[in-house]
Amino acid sequence: MRARTTRDRLGRPPALLMVPAALATLLLLVPLVAMVAATNWQALPGHLTSQVALEALRLSLVTSTVAIVLCLLLGLPLAWLLARVDFRGRGALRALVTVPLVLPPVVAGVALRSAFGRTGVIGAPLLEWTGFAFPFTAYGVVLAHVFVSMPFVVIAIEGALRSADPRFDEAAATLGATRWTTFRRVTVPLALPGVIAGTVLGWARSLGEFGATITFNGNYPGRTQTMPTLIYVARQSDADAALSLSLVMLVVSIGVLVALRDHWLGTP
Amino acid sequence: MKSRPRKQWLPAVMLSLLLPLAACGSDDSGTASDDSSAGGGDTGGSLTVLAAASLTDVFAQLATPFEEEHGADVSVSFGSSTDLAEQAVDGAPGDILATADETSMQIAEDASVTGDVETFATNVLTIVVPRGNPAGIESLDDLDGATWVRCADEVPCGKVALAVLEDNDITAEPASLEEDVRATLDKVISGEADAGLVYSTDAVAAGDDVEAIEIPGAEDELTSYYVTSLEQAENADLAADWVTWVTSEEGQKILADAGFGSP
Repeated sequence: MRARTTRDRLGRPPALLMVPAALATLLLLVPLVAMVAATNWQALPGHLTSQVALEALRLSLVTSTVAIVLCLLLGLPLAWLLARVDFRGRGALRALVTVPLVLPPVVAGVALRSAFGRTGVIGAPLLEWTGFAFPFTAYGVVLAHVFVSMPFVVIAIEGALRSADPRFDEAAATLGATRWTTFRRVTVPLALPGVIAGTVLGWARSLGEFGATITFNGNYPGRTQTMPTLIYVARQSDADAALSLSLVMLVVSIGVLVALRDHWLGTP
Repeated sequence: MKSRPRKQWLPAVMLSLLLPLAACGSDDSGTASDDSSAGGGDTGGSLTVLAAASLTDVFAQLATPFEEEHGADVSVSFGSSTDLAEQAVDGAPGDILATADETSMQIAEDASVTGDVETFATNVLTIVVPRGNPAGIESLDDLDGATWVRCADEVPCGKVALAVLEDNDITAEPASLEEDVRATLDKVISGEADAGLVYSTDAVAAGDDVEAIEIPGAEDELTSYYVTSLEQAENADLAADWVTWVTSEEGQKILADAGFGSP
């Protein structure tokens, strides 16, 4: 085994590193195990099959999937731009993309409201011309999800594009491929594992989105109430139900990560 | 330097840090209020008040004269009544619990963390609309077709809203069920909602940002506020004084000015 030989050559891993590493593992693991332990298993089936829960789960899955498709359609070109095209202000653009990543989600909600709310910079004329407003609709939920997930997708894909050798692109170009063909047939296929990783990460982020959604869209069953919002509200009246629903989120998150890792990413 | 000294103590220290964590993992029985002795200088005294969201402004006003009289520091933690009651049961540091309904107070009473419980104010539900009333809301009947919000069924202001809507046979669907009364008010102030159902005191607190429209018959569904000192109070006398203060004539006057009714 490779691990064995590394160990023999470099000596025992020092306690100074192993102990904090173990501590970090426990810190991440204990709350999740405690949550599973606190779950009321008898009441679980009832909680999960309630109409509110099913509606929230459905809305969460639909909105985050639509959001991630939009993130990919818009984010992949942006990632390519950042990774492959030299232009003035590239650093500034990259910094801009990172902002929603570090922004508290509730701030993202306030920002979205200022732009797309019914009295927002874009929202007000939109409402006037079309009668449509994002807040309190599933479209608003998707919009909030796209806003918070896009940076994950762009940053992950840009990293993957950068680590793919640009000389393949150059080779394709010397063979007469246009830049679009190169992008489609060479660049993206080479960076595919990174693209998938970014997509999964963004999807998971979108599935867990709460702060921006509740600030921008409020909370209504079947329309804007996603699983995290439902869990937050359920906690007020029925702690057991909140735990059961949290367990679903945990299972869905882990399930998707495991499934995608085994099938597509193939990392150890 | 001679051979590197092995730091045998380090893993032991780290382990000792871990043990309480492991204990937390298995124990969720929530025996409240036995560790409040940890951080308390009681010179001059400090009072921590856990209060319902709708008390945000009035408790800040009540705190100032109280601080002057007792030379004490009052800090108030606001949230939904249910949340706060659960925190109190979990042993959250706090001397006073003030809730916007009886159910939440009952949670704390059932866990025996309360002293004597007193009613100290009432509140009535009202319609609020953004300044200028863009949707032209005049009464509950106009909610149909408008984008309006109320509190979620789970929180006190939502329960009252449900009761009032039922009394008036209103079936209009809200655009959103907010997590507490301040979130509901916020959706109206920002103009995202054409109308919202909040307590009349929230309408007073929002000042010129909103216009309030009385709901005839809403006083049939009065909200009562309950206050008690908590068992984990570090300074029981000071906590008792706060309960006396909010029920006193002067305290009641401040509450009345903020739009609260007397119990």
